[in-house]
Amino acid sequence: MSNEESAPRRHHGPTFEKAKNFKGTIKKLALSMRKFWPAIIISFLAAGIGAIMTIIAPNHLSDLTDELTKGLVPDTKTLQTISKKITANLSEENIQTLTMSLFDTKTILGNISLQSDFTESQKKALEEFRKNVNATNFMQEFSNLDDDLKLKILTDTTYQGVVIKAEDKLALLNMVNKNSFDILSLPTSIATVLLPEFTYDNILITSQNQIDFLGAFKDIKDLENEEVLFKAFDKLPSNIYDLVKPHIAFNIVKHITFIIALLYGINALLTFIENILVAHITVKYSRDLRENIAIKINKLPLKYFDKSKVGDTLSRVTNDVDTISQSMHQSFSTLVSALTLFIGSLLMMFVTNAIMAITAIASTLFGFVFMSIILSKSQKYFRARQKQLGNINGHIEEMFSGHDVVTLYNGEKLAAKKFDELNELVYVSEQKSHFLSGLMQPFMAFIGHFGYVCVCIVGAILTMNDVISFGVIVAFMMYIRLFTNPLSQLAQAMTSLQSAAAAGERVFEFLEQPEMADESKKTKVLRRADVKGEIIFDHVKFGYDEDKLIIKDFNAHIKPGQKIAIVGPTGAGKTTLVNLLMRFYEINSGDILIDGVSTKELTRDNIHKLFIMVLQDTWLFNGSIKENIRYNKDHVSDDAIKKACEVVGIDHYIQTLPKGINTNINESNSISSGQKQLLTIARGMIEDAPFLILDEATSNVDTRTEELVQKAMDKLTEGRTSFIIAHRLSTIKNADLILVMNEGNIIEQGNHHELMQKNGFYANLYNSQFESISE
Amino acid sequence: MIKLLKKLDKKLFFLIFICLGFIVAQVYLDLKVPDFMAEITQLVETNGSKMADIIKNGIYMVACALGSLVTAVIVGYIVSVIAATFSKKVRKDIFSNVESFSMNEIKKFSTSSLITRATNDVTQVQMFLAMGLQLLIKSPIMAVWAIVKILNKGLEWSLLTGGAIIFLVITIIIIMIIVLPRFKKVQKLIDNINGITRENLTGIRVVRAFNAEDYQENKFNRANNELAKTQIFNQTAMAFLMPVMNIVMYGLTLGIYFIGAYLLDAALMGDKITIFGNMIVFSSYAMQVVMSFIMLIMIFIMYPRAAVSAKRINEVLDEAPSILSGEYQENKNDIHGEIEFKNVTFKYQDAEKPMLNNISFKVEKGETLAIIGSTGSGKTTLIELIPRLMDATKGEVLVNGVNVKEYNLNYLHDLIGYVPQKAVMFSGSVNYNVSFGEAKAKITKDKIKEAVQVAQGQDFVEKMDKTYDAHIAQGGTNISGGQKQRLAIARAIARDPEIYIFDDSFSALDYKTDAKLRQELKKYTKDATNIIVAQRIGTIIHADKILVLEDGACVGFGTHQELMKNCKVYKEIALSQVTKEELENV
Repeated sequence: MSNEESAPRRHHGPTFEKAKNFKGTIKKLALSMRKFWPAIIISFLAAGIGAIMTIIAPNHLSDLTDELTKGLVPDTKTLQTISKKITANLSEENIQTLTMSLFDTKTILGNISLQSDFTESQKKALEEFRKNVNATNFMQEFSNLDDDLKLKILTDTTYQGVVIKAEDKLALLNMVNKNSFDILSLPTSIATVLLPEFTYDNILITSQNQIDFLGAFKDIKDLENEEVLFKAFDKLPSNIYDLVKPHIAFNIVKHITFIIALLYGINALLTFIENILVAHITVKYSRDLRENIAIKINKLPLKYFDKSKVGDTLSRVTNDVDTISQSMHQSFSTLVSALTLFIGSLLMMFVTNAIMAITAIASTLFGFVFMSIILSKSQKYFRARQKQLGNINGHIEEMFSGHDVVTLYNGEKLAAKKFDELNELVYVSEQKSHFLSGLMQPFMAFIGHFGYVCVCIVGAILTMNDVISFGVIVAFMMYIRLFTNPLSQLAQAMTSLQSAAAAGERVFEFLEQPEMADESKKTKVLRRADVKGEIIFDHVKFGYDEDKLIIKDFNAHIKPGQKIAIVGPTGAGKTTLVNLLMRFYEINSGDILIDGVSTKELTRDNIHKLFIMVLQDTWLFNGSIKENIRYNKDHVSDDAIKKACEVVGIDHYIQTLPKGINTNINESNSISSGQKQLLTIARGMIEDAPFLILDEATSNVDTRTEELVQKAMDKLTEGRTSFIIAHRLSTIKNADLILVMNEGNIIEQGNHHELMQKNGFYANLYNSQFESISE
Repeated sequence: MIKLLKKLDKKLFFLIFICLGFIVAQVYLDLKVPDFMAEITQLVETNGSKMADIIKNGIYMVACALGSLVTAVIVGYIVSVIAATFSKKVRKDIFSNVESFSMNEIKKFSTSSLITRATNDVTQVQMFLAMGLQLLIKSPIMAVWAIVKILNKGLEWSLLTGGAIIFLVITIIIIMIIVLPRFKKVQKLIDNINGITRENLTGIRVVRAFNAEDYQENKFNRANNELAKTQIFNQTAMAFLMPVMNIVMYGLTLGIYFIGAYLLDAALMGDKITIFGNMIVFSSYAMQVVMSFIMLIMIFIMYPRAAVSAKRINEVLDEAPSILSGEYQENKNDIHGEIEFKNVTFKYQDAEKPMLNNISFKVEKGETLAIIGSTGSGKTTLIELIPRLMDATKGEVLVNGVNVKEYNLNYLHDLIGYVPQKAVMFSGSVNYNVSFGEAKAKITKDKIKEAVQVAQGQDFVEKMDKTYDAHIAQGGTNISGGQKQRLAIARAIARDPEIYIFDDSFSALDYKTDAKLRQELKKYTKDATNIIVAQRIGTIIHADKILVLEDGACVGFGTHQELMKNCKVYKEIALSQVTKEELENV
């Protein structure tokens, strides 16, 4: 639960923040990415080529479709040739000839006389037949004979090498007589004679094949009806079917499939490369930005931090850098690929056909206009939502953190009333912004579909007037898709670029702050061991703002080993003196001299080395007690650390901890502020420097503990020139020099006795400790 | 999550039900569109098609698309209403519940955690609801419907589609399994970077004094590089996602066509057209199925985060306030300003040792009781028992002879003017801050002026731009600590309570202002009982009674003179602040 507090979140949900100087910031961003340009260019290329492939791929897919549709259309030419050939054999003439030769009068009459095993009734019938028959009615009369008799007369014969049985002949006769010639029910032998086998394309087509062929198409009357026609195909004998069936050119299909697969494969590979490059670029760039900010923090004068809040700087390190990297991640390659797609498809459309291109653009244009209206409207609500959410969150924060006061002063009703009002406002803006932003996607889909239909209709009209071919329409069906998608992507990429610029602006603003003066040329060095400990303030003038002096002409001569106390009410400027001593700020005029050397001639590092400083705010970091005490010094033994803890009297507490001095200090530890302060004092203890500054170092410990620490500090101050700031006057009575400050001025100086005798501000301050209510 | 959703009232469920209907309609229309699209494509591709047919189908298609748009808009509207209503209600519930919490519950969760729960967590859940609700309902319907449409169209294709989905799902799951824990790690690393930066910023003077700039930078760089390393790993893993998804989707279409070529070739002539049609339909629906599955996976990825938030919200909502108001709200005994502790012991839940152990004392009307003791001795806990910010574990706390537990809380709070250790300021005018809350009598402008004057705040308030209407920023960041304390004291004074409780409320004041304030206060509140928690001996030296606390136990009770004689702890405290002579001089 304790880790929830991170940098203050600037935003909830999507943002539409605009940079003050969009162009300038983008330029700065681009310049600061110089190191990544090669990678950026490669990723842009990858995105561009990928986009071009996206434009090409559909064409191949439509080729594949075309190739497959060929699998639907049979080879009608072959079919017609075969059909003609077969039907030609079935001409009246052929049938006539066959009948004539099979039922030759002479042969039949001869057969009758040859045969002898007729029954009585048959003989009688034959008698009758002979009597009646003549040249014209021969067939008629023969047909009238009994079937058994006919069979006896019609013997098996061979015709054109084919044996034709008597029954077959009879069947033929019956058909001819009934005038219902049906090739399908003809006896095989006769059919074979009628439909002699032939070869087509080296394929032998037998008589039976031909019969089956005819059978398949027998019932088809309406040749326009493809469905019925195609069904008939399935009844075709396989050898003929093989000749006429639709042919899918598998080599072409395989070829196209391979090309498309290759395109997709390369495209995927390019996307992958691009993704990885962009990931590396954004991650490394944001790492560099963060690093630069971290370095910058330590180069800025303290003045900067007086004016800015910790949360603000923190937010630049995390939120803003995060926003930059995220927006770049979103917009980077999208921008390139969407732009390529957009321009590419636009170009392709105009190259293919201008009228169609205009149709496509016009049909989608109104959609985009509508969309941008929605977008700008929803921006308003998003901003409102942001604001209302901020308000209610502020109220929640306020009421929760002031919970005791709200309860104790019966403020619950008031709080609830205000909450309800704010909540209602949040509801309205939240609902509206959600609704409007949700419109985008369905609307885009509709625009796409609408454009599709428009292109199809206009295309169809143009085709009918022979202005364009069908292929153009098919191509446009794809272009319209490629054209509508990138536009919304571009809009999104632009918004995220906007927020990147806004965040970038803040980051650069920080990075461009003036730094502390460069000190690399300073040569003068004061070594710890050599310093005696004298400090002279010589006509020091200082103000945090140039024109508002806080310290007006301060003079003091501090001798080595002296104990200086600085007292005064809160806000009197006590800490200012310390800040000047440490050169956290530069004085306006005058000089501060250490052992006669002007601090202006020394580097800040050098000055800092001469001072031990213990501050009021107990600054400890996440790490072990040991690390916190040893801070920034490698060669400190555990014993020295333990010794320091012992001196400040925190050793007992540390011993109760599970890991002793290796115990981690973090927020959840139940370490009191007093104990923290003792640790920071211990940190000072192990430092060895000629000067000591204690800035309200014991303000958080109770008076009894303070006394203990006091003793330790007295040890610390031994032999050192020390500066002590305290608001408990009891701590500083034995100081050699007391500087009394009020409203930024040093109004009195002297030791306790002198000041008490003076009966001025100090005496007044001192006595007020004992003033009581009753007086 | 589900538990939280149960909080939705019937009206919202009705809305969800309607929403469901519209989504079904939308899915129907969405799936209808490809049919017309195929029809139009076919018409355009076939020679001799009639213009009228194309236009007719075109109109149908646009009508379907428009219908889909309209239903989508309606669904979007309903969902936005549901999501916004939901978050409004949950936010309200959390707020009301927290408002009824005692300090016990507040401490259990910690204030910052409660704030996050009421703000970020609600936003999280709401975002999931807004996005998830549509997808969660739409995707399965879409998937099932599309599957039904293509189920009998071809085994080979179905197998291919099934394979593609399984491949995709497994790939996404593997990537997520690899990446998700590292995403959590990234969050931690970002917190870490935050922590190091905060550390550097808050301790900037220490960092510089110790010349530790490089130390801090190294520390930062370590964390920064680790973050970059983890992020690069994550993003590399994620870089697979899009290409794989594309390959699967495009590859599926291609595969369907390729298999289609063989199926077409092998099919009887009569079946060919049907198969070709099936192929076109299948490829577009298969895409819908795959998309629906991707959406579903997305929801499952989004869900855990929202679920964690939902759980955290539920924890707050399930926490019953431990302090409930009583009934008593009159003063039958006609006793005023009297406080009595009878063998009071207080122990935090889960704590081993009691914070307060068997405390008994009595303060009469008009008396001043001072409580002194070292940090952590239980001073604040003791006074928090009086207005029932917490309840005693054992024993009784009586105000005006009545156990505080019997009082109506508002009535009890009206009796007491409590100034907490941390001066709380709300954003609003000085007037608003001083007259905050509800009092017995309405707090007039004159009353506010008077209170501020007694609290020694007149000078600075009247120096401000709009004096009493001047705006105080949230947390009082635009005024100093001492000024905040004075306004907080004025807030108590303005209510004319019978009992004043000051919890170290003078700490940020300098000695002079401190003394002056108490002097004025004494004049103004002659009859009121005062309880003062203090660190400074000077502040309490003249109190009628002084209670000395040590580790939760009362080790001394009496006047200054008495305690100096018989209380070792008190004597030590006193002597650590002033010398013996000075004490005797008083």
